[in-house]
Amino acid sequence: MKAPAFEYHDPTTLAEAIALLCRLENARPLAGGQSLMPMLNMRFVQPDHVVDLNRIAELSGIRVLPDGALEIGAMTRQRDIERDARVAQACPLMVEALAQVGHRQTRNRGTIGGSLCHMDPAAELPLVCAAVDAVVRIAGPGGEREIPFAEFPLGYMTPAVGPDELLVGLHVPAAPKGQGHAFLEFARRHGDFAIVAVAVLLDPGPDGRVARASVALGGVGPAPLRLAEAEALLRGTAVEDDAIARALATTASLDPMEDALVPGWYRRHLAGVLLGRALGIARERMA
Amino acid sequence: MSVFGQSVMRLEDAPLLRGEGAFAADIDFPRQIHMRVVRAEMAHARLVSVDVTPALDLPGVIAAWSAADVAEVPPIPFRATKVRGLEPYCQPILAQGRVRYVGEPVAVIFAEDAAVAEDAADLVLVELEELPALLDAAAEPTDFDATRNTEPTIVRKSYGELDAAFRDAHVVVALDLAIGRHSGVPMETRGAIARYDAAQDVLELHGTAKKQHWNRDEIARLLGRAPSSVHLFEGHVGGGFGVRGELYPEDLLVCLAALRLRRPVKWIEDRREHLVATNHSREQRHRIRAAVDAEGRILAIDNVFFHDQGAYIRTHGARVADMSAGLLLGPYRVPAYRATGHFRLTNKTPAATYRSPGRFEGSFVRERLMDAIAARCGLDRVEVRRRNFVDVSEMPYARPLDALGTDVVLDSGDYALLLDKALARFGWDARVADVARRRAAGESVGLGLGVFVEKSGLGPSDGVRMTVDATGAVELVTGAASVGQGVETALAQIAAAALGVDYRRVRVVRGRTDRIEFGSGAHASRVTVMSGSATHQAGLALAALAKQTAAALLQTPEDALEIVDGVVRRVDTPEGASVTLGEVARALAPGTKLSRDRATPGLTVESWFHSDHMAYPYGVHLAQVALDRGTGQVKVEHYLVGYDVGRAVNPMLVEGQIAGGFAQGLGGALYEEFRYDERGQPLSTTFADYLMPTIAEMPPLDILVTEDAPSPLNPIGVKGAGEGGTNAVGAAIASAVDDALGGRGQVTQLPIMPRDVLRFLAEGAA
Repeated sequence: MKAPAFEYHDPTTLAEAIALLCRLENARPLAGGQSLMPMLNMRFVQPDHVVDLNRIAELSGIRVLPDGALEIGAMTRQRDIERDARVAQACPLMVEALAQVGHRQTRNRGTIGGSLCHMDPAAELPLVCAAVDAVVRIAGPGGEREIPFAEFPLGYMTPAVGPDELLVGLHVPAAPKGQGHAFLEFARRHGDFAIVAVAVLLDPGPDGRVARASVALGGVGPAPLRLAEAEALLRGTAVEDDAIARALATTASLDPMEDALVPGWYRRHLAGVLLGRALGIARERMA
Repeated sequence: MSVFGQSVMRLEDAPLLRGEGAFAADIDFPRQIHMRVVRAEMAHARLVSVDVTPALDLPGVIAAWSAADVAEVPPIPFRATKVRGLEPYCQPILAQGRVRYVGEPVAVIFAEDAAVAEDAADLVLVELEELPALLDAAAEPTDFDATRNTEPTIVRKSYGELDAAFRDAHVVVALDLAIGRHSGVPMETRGAIARYDAAQDVLELHGTAKKQHWNRDEIARLLGRAPSSVHLFEGHVGGGFGVRGELYPEDLLVCLAALRLRRPVKWIEDRREHLVATNHSREQRHRIRAAVDAEGRILAIDNVFFHDQGAYIRTHGARVADMSAGLLLGPYRVPAYRATGHFRLTNKTPAATYRSPGRFEGSFVRERLMDAIAARCGLDRVEVRRRNFVDVSEMPYARPLDALGTDVVLDSGDYALLLDKALARFGWDARVADVARRRAAGESVGLGLGVFVEKSGLGPSDGVRMTVDATGAVELVTGAASVGQGVETALAQIAAAALGVDYRRVRVVRGRTDRIEFGSGAHASRVTVMSGSATHQAGLALAALAKQTAAALLQTPEDALEIVDGVVRRVDTPEGASVTLGEVARALAPGTKLSRDRATPGLTVESWFHSDHMAYPYGVHLAQVALDRGTGQVKVEHYLVGYDVGRAVNPMLVEGQIAGGFAQGLGGALYEEFRYDERGQPLSTTFADYLMPTIAEMPPLDILVTEDAPSPLNPIGVKGAGEGGTNAVGAAIASAVDDALGGRGQVTQLPIMPRDVLRFLAEGAA
């Protein structure tokens, strides 16, 4: 478990980093290192170059926009986001999810951008971004582009970031007043990647009924999955028990991933159980 | 007040807390090179060829070997079995002709640094021709080689009229039970650093643990050297648990390389290697039957089991199967018994002992059986155990059985008393009522118990040399080893109490073959019993010598003297004339008049303690669990370990042992398992897949240490404390989960997986 030989680069500006990525063949950006370092040591990845982003100050930080939305730099540490009162205000779902991201020690180093780009199918932060309709900013040689998070995952552990591009930040809309949220996951141990994770947002309309519902599942597909059908079934309801039951019924048609350790039926079952619980919690929190 | 029995601070901690410890990876020598092992990637295959030449071309690579290069080194022998005929199943240090498990060493690289060695290892060409993998020890044996099959032996033990008992039984209870494959996974992986001192013609091995003297003798023998020209050294050890410190292929390979290449050779196991290369343990399937009378008393037990030894037989021989047969019966009176242990090889990592070997497995099996007997006879689960206990009046209680080569004679114990104390401390009756209320409200909660007898203090002999120097400092040289459990502190306390000094004045030297000729290391909960007793005797003998000498110096009768805090003084006038132990030592220095009356000069004694039988501590585990009916997750809400250790030298250390041991038992009960796919590829090769419990998984744990049954077999009454925290965790948690499910006996295997719990809940509802 010694990393293969690679050349190390430590740019101090984004422009410099992009220039390096354009110039170098087979390069990997290094964010907080909580996934890449073990992958290097296990030789799951064998880059010729590692471009360390940790000295690029402009990639870190949290900003609140006039409309209350958040701009979060890709290199912002997970722990800094978790402890930020402004994030708790604008996106309580993210704070609730962060408590289950790895362990405090890994969150001290791990970054939000690193997690989004690693894109483990069961990771919490991509799931939150899917649920809140975040917009991601990607920088490349031709400048920056913005895409909705829904277009960010291209497949299993594959973000829409080209080899000469970097994720630089994300835009998180502010939670509307009265929004009910819940993030639940099931892992056999605290801190593990979830077997299944669920994020739910319920936005009340003027009549107190659900104006907009967001239901997202992690650990079920190759990337976070929005349950559009369940969302439609919840819209316009007061999240009564039978509305929840109708939403849950949609999980029966899920065709989850299966691996040697976790059978598909168990993931499907957990999706239903956790979604039921999450909807119950979010209903209580909706005001 | 004597320091014996006090929860004093550990002597070991200062360097550990300052980061000044010396674990294997901390050890470096000038000019050292690094070894990397190339491991088999198939579970079972014909080894067609190994070509190391591409690796040799890489700059920085010094040597690369496959089996042909080490053909003169015999396979690794046994140290712990009396079963004959196992030799053909020993592991060669590099695979010969066949590979038999994923992770088996096939070749080795020696290079200037560890990364280059790993680069080079990737270049070795290993040609394999896959053969079918055997993965189920309960399936029909297949061919091991041309003349042998995969069942090297059947361990048989029996006594009493078994057939008659089953014929006359009121009921027969039969269960099919399985324990999953898991093992000790210490924080520190293995490591070995060999150095050949050509000037002195001495081969040194550093980073060792557990069994320095036996390993020294065998390394010497296998490499054709005199034992006195090989020395093993122990630094700090980051956990042993049975798996560290056995003699493995890598230990011999670094020694051989140091001799051949004339440079120090360092090997540090990485975690991924550890999970496929270091001993596995535990996997066993039992088909057990009990003949029971109308009152729920056991008449006979028939224990047929299948032990999954993995691909080779390692240093322990058939020991775990032997203990699974010989120690199964625990605290119960069983008039007739038969054990048939099918000791079988499969294509998995070889197995051996892990903390409470054969007993974690046996307690799960026996206590599941007791629960089933209670259910069948309509008895309370606690009551059925009480009815079958060996009574305190029957002690010592000889079973017509042997285990570890010694007759099983339970030396002392009041099992019913400890059960009463544990139930009271746990609040069992109140919890029974509370559980009933919560169930009525729709929760799935349950209580479970496991009662067990441990074993400790395996003989036959241990010696120490205890010396006071001219400054009054005490040195205790022992052949015991430390795997981090507090050996120095416990032995220092015993020495200090017997001699009459501050325990912090005692330096304990352990795990070194160059300081003491014989030793048995640290295993089988034996150090405090065996080395502790030898230390106690040495301390008393040293005190007697000091008083005898001081009597001459002070012109005072010996029996008027006492030793307090390192000072020899009169009992009746403590403020009067006195001498320090340092002064006594100086009076016995070579050349002094007083020293000439003695065989050896100095204030020093060597003392040996011998024991033919083991001391048997015993315990009770009690668990309360709640099941998440949606996810199947088992939450342990409360847990108690009650353990009688005879006498506790340091109760804090005993509790520490129990808490750590419990965490490992919890792993085996709910989390940890080495899994394989159908071709024998290991699926649990990182800590993301092999789930060690963390502090977040630890439930509230209560520990009740009692001292009601001191061992009559040693002068200080102690019994080993190392394994009782682990022993019955699987048993008690299985019992509690089953109770939460309605007591149907559905829990028949460990670890208990959430999806199994869901299935049980569905079955119960159907």
